[in-house]
Amino acid sequence: MPEVLKENTLEKRILAPRESRKTIGNITVPKPRMVCRNVDVYYGDKQAIRDVSIDIGRNEVLAMIGPSGCGKSTFLRCLNRMNDTIDSCRVAGEILFDGKNIYDPSVDVVPLRAQIGMVFQKPNPFPKSIYENIAWAPKIHGIVESKSDADEIVESSLQKAGLWEEVKDRLDQPGTGLSGGQQQRLCIARAIAVSPEVILMDEPCSALDPIATAKIEDLIEELRAQYTIAIVTHSMQQASRVSQRTAFFHLGDLIEVGTTETIFTKPSHQLTEDYITGRYG
Amino acid sequence: MSPFLLLLLLLALSVAGYFIGQYKALDLAKKAGGTIHLHSRPVYYGVLTALWCCLPAFFMFLLWLGFEQSIITSLMIADLPAEARSLPPERLNVLVNDIRSLANGNIVSGEVTRQMKDAAAHYVSLQDIGKMITSIIVLFAATAGMLMVHRTIKPELRARNHVEKVVMGALVVCSTIAIFTTIGIVLSILYEAVRFFRQVPVTDFLFGLEWSPQMAIREDQVGSSGAFGAVPVFVGTVLISAIAMLVAAPIGLMSAIFLSEYADKRLRAIAKPLLEILAGVPTVVYGFFAALVVAPMIRNGGAQIGIDVSSESALAAGLVMGVMIIPFVSSLSDDVINAVPQSLRDGAYSVGATRSETIKHVLVPAALPGIVGGLLLAVSRAIGETMIVVMAAGLSANLTANPLQAVTTVTVQIVTLLVGDQEFDSPKTLAAFALGLVLFIGTLFLNIVALTVVRKYRERYE
Repeated sequence: MPEVLKENTLEKRILAPRESRKTIGNITVPKPRMVCRNVDVYYGDKQAIRDVSIDIGRNEVLAMIGPSGCGKSTFLRCLNRMNDTIDSCRVAGEILFDGKNIYDPSVDVVPLRAQIGMVFQKPNPFPKSIYENIAWAPKIHGIVESKSDADEIVESSLQKAGLWEEVKDRLDQPGTGLSGGQQQRLCIARAIAVSPEVILMDEPCSALDPIATAKIEDLIEELRAQYTIAIVTHSMQQASRVSQRTAFFHLGDLIEVGTTETIFTKPSHQLTEDYITGRYG
Repeated sequence: MSPFLLLLLLLALSVAGYFIGQYKALDLAKKAGGTIHLHSRPVYYGVLTALWCCLPAFFMFLLWLGFEQSIITSLMIADLPAEARSLPPERLNVLVNDIRSLANGNIVSGEVTRQMKDAAAHYVSLQDIGKMITSIIVLFAATAGMLMVHRTIKPELRARNHVEKVVMGALVVCSTIAIFTTIGIVLSILYEAVRFFRQVPVTDFLFGLEWSPQMAIREDQVGSSGAFGAVPVFVGTVLISAIAMLVAAPIGLMSAIFLSEYADKRLRAIAKPLLEILAGVPTVVYGFFAALVVAPMIRNGGAQIGIDVSSESALAAGLVMGVMIIPFVSSLSDDVINAVPQSLRDGAYSVGATRSETIKHVLVPAALPGIVGGLLLAVSRAIGETMIVVMAAGLSANLTANPLQAVTTVTVQIVTLLVGDQEFDSPKTLAAFALGLVLFIGTLFLNIVALTVVRKYRERYE
């Protein structure tokens, strides 16, 4: 069938072989917010991340995709040193945030995490009222002094997270009483209440239904104007919908980085091609 | 047949019933083409047969045990000579007791008459007959139950559901035992306490400021007025418990926080069991530690800075008691803090909370119900503790809030009131029950308050 053959030759790209573990694609961006170079992560003796280098640009959504256990969540948790809470975890290499290595001994992890917020896979609101869930972090950081400041920040954070209209009449109710999608947006509101510069999201929609997911995705799109967002997701549709750049991880290696469009239409690595076409993972 | 042998036989029958029932089920299954055609797994048919074999028979047995004596006794009395039967009830009661003692080979109060010997022999023979009848009834019930179930076993018999119902019944019985025991205890205390309050007015007891429960045995005895004002005793209890909690609550809570949040795993694995050893030290040992080491230390320390400390002081007892109950607070609190999900810690750290802010604002509130539970357990231990107080705080019922003086507690007084030879109808001994009742009401009230507090301030997490 000559027609099919012709199409194939047109589409034919030279793919890097499966065995190649070197990162393909442009890892750098102009004026990056975070710069990661040669990052290795170990859990005890086991190496979870090997030599990952990537930039995260301003006002962009970077999606990290890859099969389960590929290290994308581990890498994400390195970016605000959440891995510090795991005893056996050790990180080598450089992660620069505004030009400073966040693993430098002189860096205090507390203000760092206020600047690089995080949203988790399972919504984890505090067992407090909706109001307190938002107002707590600004209070402990001294961002708000008075009650009216706190009110303001609660309202604006909930507004930004698209939750204000739904909860404004029951701010004193426990945050755990909300639905899953609302809880997750509450967690996003909690993260942006301390005015971070970067928001890390670890599969934020994996526990949510499609409608709640759509709301969160819209929210991510809006938040991009103000924040830098790195999101780990298992859903390739989600990655293609929300992100500008995509990074594909495989068994601890960063296999390919590129604009989302390129990764999903013309990947350069055999593994990436397999993954996005559903032949793998 | 002796009751023990009978029970053994019943057990053997039940085991046999189990195998018979299972065998029949398997047999039916084979005919029907596999156990899949049975409603329940074969083992349930076996268990059902065994249950039907032993439960009704066992109830018969219990029934007989319960009524045996009264039935036999009334039969025996009916056969006594007329003049014995016409005795007044108390005398008759004594006679019956003597006859029973004679029959069982025990010591008899008066001289043994021929009539009594006859009656005793009659009693023994009645007992033997009774035993035989029981054995027959029980064994018959067991066999009948077994055969009945055996006949009804069919593939469609819902054996599992029946067995599950019986198991659920057993669970219900077990769970109500605690409730009925509590009710029984309350009633027995209440009964004695009411007897006490008939002799000493309630208001004197509850609001009286002097405690000296010595009753005059003779009319002309000196210094035994018998004052039953319980306030000093309760103040002493509250004082010592408060000192103990002041020691145990902060130390216990902080060691729990250290163990669960700061200590690394290896240290925790060693330190926690070590801490729990504290709870295993016998209280007597704490008692002489308090009396021989702590109390003199406090007295000498007080003497050096010019304060007069009595050699038995509430402080010494309270401090040592506090140390004793540290593990109740720390171990339970540590468990509940550890049980707070990691996701809450992650959430707090991810907004830039420090470890201490996370502990104070997120972990402790989330773990509050468990922590309060631990504190409550510690308080009830402190209130109920007797040995340390006897040895280190003394027996004198001083009405004071000064921890450097000797005081006494409710439990200590109960013990001193009840030890030795006492008549059980004098206010002195009955006072123990009144004290016990008030103590019970007090701790109950404490529990209710704590539960309400917890319910109000509980922060739920998933």
